[in-house]
Amino acid sequence: MAFDSFSAFIAMEGHGPYVWTCYGVFAVLLVGLMIWSSRHHQAVMASCKRRYQQQESSNSARPKQAATFARVEVSQE
Amino acid sequence: MWQFFHKLGSPKWFFGIATRFMPWLLAIGIILLLVGLVWGLAFAPKDYLQGNSYRIIFIHVPTAFLAQSIYIMMASAAIVTLVWRMKLADVFVKAVAPVGLVFTFLSLFTGAVWGKPTWGTWWVWDARLTSMLILLFLYGGAIALDRAINDEKSAARAVAVLVLVGVVNIPIIKYSVEWWNTLHQPATFKLTEKPSMPVEMWVPLLLSVLGLYLLFGWLACMRMKTEIVMREQKTRWVRELVMAGRG
Repeated sequence: MAFDSFSAFIAMEGHGPYVWTCYGVFAVLLVGLMIWSSRHHQAVMASCKRRYQQQESSNSARPKQAATFARVEVSQE
Repeated sequence: MWQFFHKLGSPKWFFGIATRFMPWLLAIGIILLLVGLVWGLAFAPKDYLQGNSYRIIFIHVPTAFLAQSIYIMMASAAIVTLVWRMKLADVFVKAVAPVGLVFTFLSLFTGAVWGKPTWGTWWVWDARLTSMLILLFLYGGAIALDRAINDEKSAARAVAVLVLVGVVNIPIIKYSVEWWNTLHQPATFKLTEKPSMPVEMWVPLLLSVLGLYLLFGWLACMRMKTEIVMREQKTRWVRELVMAGRG
């Protein structure tokens, strides 16, 4: 251990704020990027799955009724 | 050889390999990075000149190193995109550009915070710092250009050209500390010489560089997989994979 006590470790002889800011920002950005990438991947997979399921259910649904041609009386007046 | 090359270009093959390697990249990367950083923060000796502020080196050097090597990898992939039109190369460029942007920002940020107690200023317009700032803009430009063009193939080609033009900046970053008088200290590691630091300083630094490299590998695999699923969602293999919940 390069420091005598825990408080000396935090203070780093006055350089503490600089050192800890760097490590903090680094940790937040790196972990944030990893979590964000991983969540984005899950979200893309989930939305693909939903789309496939929709396609399957619309394919397997009974075919639409054929169009009907009913005679419509149109007044000529 | 050619068969291997073709396989490497196959998104399906890559997807399987990436899925298999990712847990290892993540686990070993986290262990190496944590050991390197804790060692550097708490156990490495104090620098006789800079005091404890030098401990920022354990994140400044890995992020700066990665920022440049990611760009070199992107440029190599850009050549492959332009010459062989390999899909996976373009997927790589698109997936890792944001990672490079974040690492470049981190190296600039930690450098600025380190500069304050060491040089007495957050920022100077010297060659090393300015060329790193240009690298940040190059990453930003590549991302923006890719988003601005809707057609996938033209976007890939335009981004590849931009990345290749920007590669001229890399030797400028590398040799800036030798060509010009700058405040920035010369390189910590050189391939040809023994490090100028004591062992207790450069071993943790090497560990954190390796750890961050592996975590970058994990990030690249994860982001490339996302991009592959989005591009190949009409294919049968992606459909089977998604429906089975694998990947």
